[in-house]
Amino acid sequence: MTTPAPPALEVTNLNVRIRGDHGEFDVVADMSFAAAPGETLCIVGESGCGKSMTALALLRLLPEAARVASGSIAVAGVDFLTLDQHRVEDMRGDDIAMIFQEPLTALNPVLSIGEQIAESVRQHRRLGRKSAWDHAVQALRLVQMPDAERRAHQFPHELSGGMRQRAMIALALACEPRVLVADEPTTALDVTIQAQILGLISDLQDKMGTALVLITHDLGVVSEVADRVIVMYAGRKVEEASVYDLFDDPIHPYTRGLMGAVPRGKGDARLADIPGTVPALWDLPQGCAFAPRCPGASARCLSERPPLVEKKPGHFAACWEHDHV
Amino acid sequence: MSEPLLSVEDLKVHFPIRRGILQRQVGEVKAVDGVGFSIGKGETLGLVGESGCGKSTTGLALMGLVKATAGRVRLAGETVADLNRAGLKRHRRRMQIVFQDPFSSLNPRQRVSDIIRAPLDIHNVGTPRERRHKVAELMGRVGLRPDQADNFPHQFSGGQRQRIGIARALALNPDLIVCDEPVSALDVSVQAQILNLLADLQRDLGLSYLMISHDLGVVEHVSHRVAVMYLGKIVEIAPKARLFAQPGHPYTELLLRSAPALDPRARRRYSASHDDLPSATNKPSGCPFHTRCPLATPECSATEPALTPRPDGRLLACHHR
Repeated sequence: MTTPAPPALEVTNLNVRIRGDHGEFDVVADMSFAAAPGETLCIVGESGCGKSMTALALLRLLPEAARVASGSIAVAGVDFLTLDQHRVEDMRGDDIAMIFQEPLTALNPVLSIGEQIAESVRQHRRLGRKSAWDHAVQALRLVQMPDAERRAHQFPHELSGGMRQRAMIALALACEPRVLVADEPTTALDVTIQAQILGLISDLQDKMGTALVLITHDLGVVSEVADRVIVMYAGRKVEEASVYDLFDDPIHPYTRGLMGAVPRGKGDARLADIPGTVPALWDLPQGCAFAPRCPGASARCLSERPPLVEKKPGHFAACWEHDHV
Repeated sequence: MSEPLLSVEDLKVHFPIRRGILQRQVGEVKAVDGVGFSIGKGETLGLVGESGCGKSTTGLALMGLVKATAGRVRLAGETVADLNRAGLKRHRRRMQIVFQDPFSSLNPRQRVSDIIRAPLDIHNVGTPRERRHKVAELMGRVGLRPDQADNFPHQFSGGQRQRIGIARALALNPDLIVCDEPVSALDVSVQAQILNLLADLQRDLGLSYLMISHDLGVVEHVSHRVAVMYLGKIVEIAPKARLFAQPGHPYTELLLRSAPALDPRARRRYSASHDDLPSATNKPSGCPFHTRCPLATPECSATEPALTPRPDGRLLACHHR
């Protein structure tokens, strides 16, 4: 790599707040990150860590109970959060697009997949019906949908899980967006299909120079596709590094715990589980949110939240005790 | 060689396909189509495969929770004569099941102590006092606190609920537990806690497990031997180390090649090729894998290979391996 390209996506101090039975609380706190064209940024964490809320905030698709309390999101240099709804819809699909875990709920059940893609294309490009349809079939070919002309006429329920996911990727990429946000895109798929879909996303990303933000709970997926990785815990970034640095030398005890907990079949050794469970976001401990489960927690960890600092060049972590561990 | 704890021969579960007003049977789905394996005492057999391969149906049929179309099952030297009726209750004392989803497999209106005690009540084991005692012991065994006995399932996290399910399965001192994707719904940090608990229980109680999972990492970690299923058939059974070091069946090979390596320096070269995947309703002729197999020849689409022993100690169903 030579000079770094300007980011396709830049998120600064994002805070997402939810209003619910437990009052108002942050589900995402102080998240900052950027993704350059062609780069794959993975956000990894367990359920309730705020990774999906981050994804939805990027598209301005947050549920009604949630709102962006502060921070900014710039898509291709445009301040996405202050745009009016009309402009947001223009940019969605054209500049930033999303693929979801479960294509059945994300696709329209009463339109054929060809019509859905054509409709999206017509919203962003001045194309007639016929050429929009041709564009849709072309998009389905690009995702290697077998027998694309025929499949374009089919409805989502007529397709297998893997093909539905291909259709959704075709829909998301039809207008060649600069940023693609993928929330657990392969979690519902079998492992052989997962391999195909990950390969497909990478190929298309290379071809189009799309910045990819991939949200996942699966370190295996991270190891296969990421350039950079953010580890989230209880709504905050606890570590960020290149994929090599993260797997070679994880710094945060939570990241280390996650890596130790993944079964790899090496002998019959016990897995290094992380004791306890994730704290409720409305009832976070005062200091480091991970301290109650952390083997190396000190008194300071329990009283004061550690800031995210650069521990090594390009490798950030939020931990007081790292230097002593 | 002494008889294995559980032996299963030629197990079949076929579901009818019905159509029209009269619900006439127009065909059948062979979800499990002639499956056989054995499990020794204290042994874990991993049963791995992708969705729709019949692995869960196999487990449910062994428990009598779906009706087996055919098959012979022997448990601890006794033939389980009828997987569907009276013999079943006795059989269930020795064989229990833990389900995937700890949210839907526990009655939300029952207290934890009632859930764990239910098998003792149903099988009329011990006095009420002994049962209370047993429940407390089981809760300790799986890592639940005694003061949680009167709580309801919704007051527990996913991992704790899975502990409740395991305590319930242990109540009757079974010999074998069918674990149907026991950690698939859990986060990895909690998944590790449950896998460690299952390992401890096996060590302390000499339990055998049939570990049904789609996750190769989990299967590799817990199993002694592994059986690989594809479209209702077992295509390979081998000792764990041998199977993962050198997969025998081309399908096993595809599975292993598809699983992420957890090492960014050892990335797979994914093929973005597409399969038009067969399913149990439109099963290919001959070897069910021949439509996706790089080694396939005309023989493979004509005749189905039998699962036969090989010199290196594995069982394999392939014409070319």
